[in-house]
Parts: sequence; structure tokens; C-alpha cells
Amino acid sequence: MAILSKEEAQAILKKVLSYSKAESCEVSLNGSNGGNIRYARNAVSTAGQINVMSLSVNSTFGKKTGSASINEFDDASLKKVVSRAEELAMLAPENPEFMPLLGAQTFPESATFNATTAAMTPDTRAEMVGKSLSIAKAAGLDAAGFLENSTRFNSVMNSKGLFAYNKSSNVSFSVTIRNKEGTGSGYVEQDFNDLNKMDVLALSKIAASKATGSAGAKAIEPGKYTVILEPLAASDILSNMFRGFDARSADEGRSFMSKKGGGTRLGEQLFSQNVNIYSDPMNPELPSATWSGDGLTLKKTQWVEKGIVKNLSYSRFWAEKKGVEPIPFSRSIVIEGGTQSLQDLIKSTEKGILVTRFWYIRSVDPQTLLLTGLTRDGTFYIENGEIKFPIKNFRFNESPIIMLNNVEALGKPVRTGSGMIPPMKIKDFTFSSLSDAI
Amino acid sequence: MKRKDFLYLSGLGMGALVLPDFGAYANPIDPLQALDKIDVKIKKELADVALNAAKAKGASYTDVRIGRYLNQFVSTRDKRVQGVANTESFGVGIRVIANGCWGFAATNNVTKESIAKTAEEAVAVAKANAKIQGEPVQLAPQKGFGEVSWKTPLEINAFEVPIKEKVDLLLNVNDIAMQNGASFVNAALFAVNEQKYFASTDGSYIDQDIHRIYPSFGVTVIDRASGKFKTQSSLSSPMGMGYEYMNASPEDKVSGVITRYKGRYDILGDVKEATRVAKEKINAKTVESGKYDLVLDPSHLWLTIHESVGHPTELDRVLGYEANYAGTSFLTLDKWKAKNFKFGNDKVNIIADKTQIGSLGAVGYDDEGVKCGKWNLIKEGILVNYQTIRDQAHIIGLKESQGCCYAQGWNDVQFQRMPNVSLESGKAKLSVEEMIKDVEKGIYIIGDGSYSIDQQRYNFQFGGQLYYEIKNGKIAGMLNDVAYQSNTQEFWNSCAAICDESDYRLGGSFNDGKGQPGQSSAVSHGSATTRFNGVNVINTARKI
Repeated sequence: MAILSKEEAQAILKKVLSYSKAESCEVSLNGSNGGNIRYARNAVSTAGQINVMSLSVNSTFGKKTGSASINEFDDASLKKVVSRAEELAMLAPENPEFMPLLGAQTFPESATFNATTAAMTPDTRAEMVGKSLSIAKAAGLDAAGFLENSTRFNSVMNSKGLFAYNKSSNVSFSVTIRNKEGTGSGYVEQDFNDLNKMDVLALSKIAASKATGSAGAKAIEPGKYTVILEPLAASDILSNMFRGFDARSADEGRSFMSKKGGGTRLGEQLFSQNVNIYSDPMNPELPSATWSGDGLTLKKTQWVEKGIVKNLSYSRFWAEKKGVEPIPFSRSIVIEGGTQSLQDLIKSTEKGILVTRFWYIRSVDPQTLLLTGLTRDGTFYIENGEIKFPIKNFRFNESPIIMLNNVEALGKPVRTGSGMIPPMKIKDFTFSSLSDAI
Repeated sequence: MKRKDFLYLSGLGMGALVLPDFGAYANPIDPLQALDKIDVKIKKELADVALNAAKAKGASYTDVRIGRYLNQFVSTRDKRVQGVANTESFGVGIRVIANGCWGFAATNNVTKESIAKTAEEAVAVAKANAKIQGEPVQLAPQKGFGEVSWKTPLEINAFEVPIKEKVDLLLNVNDIAMQNGASFVNAALFAVNEQKYFASTDGSYIDQDIHRIYPSFGVTVIDRASGKFKTQSSLSSPMGMGYEYMNASPEDKVSGVITRYKGRYDILGDVKEATRVAKEKINAKTVESGKYDLVLDPSHLWLTIHESVGHPTELDRVLGYEANYAGTSFLTLDKWKAKNFKFGNDKVNIIADKTQIGSLGAVGYDDEGVKCGKWNLIKEGILVNYQTIRDQAHIIGLKESQGCCYAQGWNDVQFQRMPNVSLESGKAKLSVEEMIKDVEKGIYIIGDGSYSIDQQRYNFQFGGQLYYEIKNGKIAGMLNDVAYQSNTQEFWNSCAAICDESDYRLGGSFNDGKGQPGQSSAVSHGSATTRFNGVNVINTARKI
């Protein structure tokens, strides 16, 4: 099925709403179209192409809501899905946390769609993967990677006049390159809305050079070290913290954002002074939709300023209960940094460890947000501003809260993993044991 | 319509409710629709369209899966129903080999025309990729079974139990927790029904009806004055069963510091005890780091087995097919070929099994038409086998696949997934009490908690739900802040004793993740309580 334009989506949604007899009704129509190639051992292992569209209806009487969904779009099917949602609403229990629908809103146009990405075919993907494989094969290395592209549209309309539409495209690429002996491994990952920004050749070269450079790693003692985290490594660990910027769990006393004796840590200096975190759907490097799941406009929001917690997210229900404005959470997270490159951070380090990425991060204690996980695919010892030798992987036990209190320097943010994240220099990072894994 | 029995509340529009991830294309449906079946004759006709269309375009092998995946998720929080969702995902996935390369395409438009077009797309994908392919796919031979079927043995289909009964039960769970001093409680019930029809050019037409169930809760106790909060999760296990799992008899209850469950589950009894222990955790003493003998309950050990034995014995990981995501494995082919690699000591026997009744992995046939079986992975401590599928079987000299192929939905391509992997019980009679009596300095761990392991499965760290200090053969009280770190081979070689079969229980995961795009599968792991000597325990307390 096709990716519908704003007008095409609007026409179907209007028609569906015209069939509604409920007190309020909300209809969403979403579709996606995309494909992928997975490769390993220098050859394609699986590949696919998937194309879907579906429509769902939420009908409400009082505080009773029913929902139904369908993937056929003739008039009879559309009438059927509306009446089914209404029948189900009549039988539903009251939801004490139901919020009345929002009326018409004005959402700015997003910058999430790119026509070149949307036009990708199985042959485009095969050609890109061919380039990545050529790097590995030429160097006598083994590549395993994944390339995926998708174009999707999301739209919603309700009986109070709200209409929202977004069309987006994305291409993501990751590759692990290992030497034949299995003694060295390198990794890169990157995603963009715009295919033209994706350079699989350059990215594969970085992974290949890490595979070669990480071979013959030496064991050094676990303990506290100054670390230089590449943006991907920083993102791996910090993405676990962003979910905690939620007012409700903080107010309820079950989050690291909860305050001893009650209340939240909003307004407290929780991090080093050089930590500034915001989200902005209009960031040109990291665009997102301009509306949230509950119909609110996503605006630029400062979460942390000079280490102080400036905002927590409030759902519409929790905001009303607390008498504040709702604040939707955004995935377009930007951690501000400086102008220094990763190389500059390495140069300024007397003794330290460079981490390419982390792996298998899990929460150990939600109270302190203590996390455990391991380094992977390229860990190096730095001495006197230079990478001296590859080292064996470590297990860490560290809290991102403690980590962001030990920030020595932040470099230039780049799009990676969960947002725009700078390379980071962090002191006293806790590694607790060695791993033989490569 | 006889919907009066059903409470129904859902909302997948603007995300008003907390719902689990059902996979990409799951649509909410009326609960009664879940009981409809699709005639097997129609499925055969549709499957033949795919097989013929792909062949006409030059495919040398084709399989087609017509899948109807039903989920029912009932979730509650404190006194409130958070959500009741019934979803259905229905469509067709077609996998082909053309020009020696795999291709896959899927559609949720289940008409003959659309299926034929999708089959052609799968061939086009295969041909595009063949241009960059090295070795052609080598598929282990598989005889066709003709028209056959398999069904999870069950007493009560969970989808036939009125939702009101489930909601009432969960609200009762929450009420018991709140009455006993919990600050917050969430309780949920998840039921899955996979109606899978598989057909291939080998001549198989396999109709399967697979059921799974998972009741769970989490109790939170908050001490406002100190700002501390502690949680306790249910000691249930997801099972390959019907709603009969919710009816425990006295024989299903294993008594001890807390009741654990065998075969069937008592959610009301468990939540009462969970609230008691969650409160105790607030003031339990913090552990002193060091070496301890660990006594691990099956409700905990299943996850250690899953991570440290299940994953490294997956042949696709060993070969490098998962290198870019889940990782590879330390159990390289040379260790298997040597026939003397001491994975563990001679007490350790580990079995792969896709047939165990009640387990999450039990099916009649896998997702590429292979009949399922049972085999040893580790025998008396030695690595003797792996888990594999048709296009990798030849690499370990097998003439046929071990039946480990699975796809989470019709729109996902099938690949190697873990069968149930379980530790054999000790042959000599040994109870938990007798095991603890011999421990001088130890920790008894119950329930699964934090877990992390490296990409080759050497170094791991596990936490649990409950930790009890063992001093001179006796339980000396509850501990906090415990995690143990070890190396897989070292750990399984430190196995000191395994309780007998009467203590054997299953644990498991409803959502084991692997692959790109990511897919989830359900798998069980059985064991009896097991002792490991001299394991490194760290203290995880921090101040922020």
C-alpha cells in the first residue's frame, strides 16, 4: 500500500469521523513501507520487504472508551470499524484517568521526510551492502551488518477538530567487522533521515580499522579510570537515564528523580555544571514529528541547564492532577557540548581508556540508576594523549547520574543512537571485572 | 453479540494506555473474534498460490507461513484497570531461494492476487541479493509430512475465559498487596495464541495451534522517610499452557523461605508473600563483597542457564551470523570438535528440548517444517552439540536440521532460535534443606533480577529477587545489594551439587530478543536447586 499524502489521509479520516455516533472519537491512520538486508560472514543472510497500512478508531462515551482497528478501506469496512469501537465502548469500565480529547492544534511542519530515502529499492540496498562488503573482503576481514530503510506516515483526527499528520523516512546502517582469527572487532552504527548523508564506505572503513587495531588486546586491572566515551558509548549508557525524566514516577517516590521525604528533584543540581540537555523536534540534524502521542505540540524543552533539573515530563492526566502544564517527552535529545573532536579529547588525556561502545546494559538498582554492562568492539588504553594499545573488554558498574557528576570535557555532539550526543571525558568511571570477549 | 461477559477497554490511537509491544502490525480486535478459526482448506489453497507463483519466477525452494497471532493483555494498577487489549496480527510471509540466495516478503493483504505478488517480490529480493552473494545457500534435506497438525495440550483455552474473570482476579491481587502494606502494585495477565500454517515445496502442509500464558505482578514498597523503595516481582513463570496454569493444588507449592511454584501457580498466595518480603527488604542488611557458595533456586537459575548456556550453544552465533547484534560465542567449533572441552564439571548435563509438555518452546514442527526433538548440548560437562537449522546443519556434519527455526510473526523472516535448554537434576536424592545444611558461608538466591553478559558469553553478572545469607548451614536473614559475577566456564565447573528431580521446576522468558530487525521468542529453562562454590559477589549499593 502507498504512503498516503496529508490530503489523502485527511480525506479518509474525515469520512470515518462522519460515521461516528460517539460523544468523542479519535481515528488514526498509519502506514509504512520499507526493506532490509542482513549480512554476515561476508554474505547476505536474510533480506525482506514489508508494506502495511492500518486504521484504528477510539470511541468514547463519558469515560468509557472502546477501540477497534482494520486494514481494509472500503466504505463498508470503515463503517464497521466505527460501530465496533462504539459497541465496545458501551461495555468498557470507566477509566478514571481518561482525559477529554484536545481540540484543533497548530503543529509546525516537520523535516522528517526525505524523497531520496523513500525511493530506495532492493537494488539500492544491495549496492550499499556490496560497498561495505568490499571493504571487509579487500582487507581480509569478516563483515556482519544490517541495512534498513523505511518510510512511514502517521495521522490522527478527532471529533474535537484536531488533525495531525507526519511523514518520515529513515535509513539505518550498522556493521561489525572482525578479523579472521577472531582476535579483533570493530563496529559502527548510524541512522539518518536523508540517504545522501549515509556513507557506508567511510563507516565500514572505521569498523575495519578498529577490527585490525583492537587485535592482540592486553589485560589491565579493573578499577576507576578516566574514560573517553565515543558518542555511541555515551548514548548507550545515557539513554537509560532519559526515561527517568518522568514527573509521575518521581512524585510517587519510585525513581532516582524522587526526593527523600517526598516530592521530586526538579530544580536540584543533579549533575556537573557543564551538563545541558534539551530536546528540539526542529533540530536540523535530528528532526522528529512535531506532535506527541497525546496530541500535544512538541516544543524545544530544556531538561537540564548547568546541571540543574529544569523540567520533568508530565502526561496530560498527571499535569492536571498536579495543576501544571503538560510537558510531552521527546526523543530528539541533544546534549550540548563544545567544539572539541574525539581526537582533541584523547590528546588532552594523560592516562585513560577509550570506549567505542557499551553492550548489554541492564539496571542493577533503580534507586540509584546503577547500571551494569560491558565495553565492546574496540577498547583502547590512552597515555600521554595517544592511543597506546588495545585492551581487553571490561564490565562496568556505574550510574549515569554519578557519571554526569564527573564530566571533565564534552566534545562536539553528533547524531548517534538516542540523540545528538558529544564525545565525553569522564573521570573515575568504575570498571569492575575483565571479560575475555572479543 | 454475546459481549456482555467481556470487559473491553483499549486505545492504540494516541497512546492513552500502557500496552506491551505486540509486534509491528497487531490490530486490536473484539475478544470473541479471537475464537474464530480459519478453515485449513482455505489456508492450503492460499499457500499453494505462493508456492506456485514463486516457482514460476524461478525460485528453487519456497516456504510460506500463513500466520494469525493473537494476544490478550490485561493490565491493572492499584485499584484501576489500565488496559485490556485483544490484538490480532494476520498475514503471510513468503521465503524463497532464487539464484542460490534467500529472499523474503510479507503482506497483510491476504488475497490470492496479493500473495502471488508478494511471492514475486520475495524472488526479486533474492535475485537482487544474489549479485552480492558468495556461497549459495545449502539447505539440509527435509522430507515432506503431507497434511499434519499439532496443538499445545491444554485444559482451558485462556482466550475462552471471560475477561471479567481475569480483571477481577488481578484487582484482587492488587487489593491483597495494598491491604498488606504495598505502596503500589501492578498485575497483568498475558495470553498468546499462534495459529500457524506452514507449507513448503518439500510437500509439507502443517497446521499448528500454540498457546502460552504469563501472569505476573510487581509490588513496590516505599519508605518516604528514608526515600528508599524496594520491589518484589511474582515468582510465576510464563508457560506453554492454557488458563489451567492459574489453578495450583497443594502439590504445586514448594515451601521454604517463600513459596515457589511447580507446574501450576497461585497468584493470590504469591502476592501476599511478595508484599511481606518487599517490606523486609527496606531494612535488610547490605551484603559484604567476597566469595560465597551460592544456592540458586530454579526461579533464578533459569536465566543464568538461558544466558550462559542457551545463547553460546546457538550455532548461528558460533558461526558469526549474529556478530553485528547479539554477538558470537566462546564455544567455537574447535572446542566441539575436540570432544573434551570441559564446559562444566561432570555433574553438568544440559539438554535441548522442543517437546517438553508445558514448556514455552514445545511445538510439533519448527517454522521451516522440521519435526521437533530432544538432544544433549553438554554431557557430563563436555560440549557435545549445538542448536541449528536447515541452512547451517551441514556445517556441523548433520544430515538434518535440529528444528530450531522460528519467526515471531508472519512478517518476520524465520531464523535460528533457542529450544528449551535445561539442566538435568541430580541422580542422588538431595533436598534444598540438605543442600543448605552443608554450606558454611553462602547466599540463597530466589527469583530473577538484573542480568548482563558479554557478547561471547564469558563474563556475566546476575542479581535476583531475594537473597538470604547462609551461615554454618542455616539461613541467617535477608540481604540487599547482591550481584554475582563469574565466567561461564569457571561457574559451571564450580557446580557442587544439584537437587533431585522432585525439586525440578521450569522458568522462562516470554521475550528473548535476537536478530535484526529484532525478534522475540519464548523459551523455558528447567532445573532443580543447584549449588555453586566460591562465586564472586559484589555489593551494588551506591549514593547519588
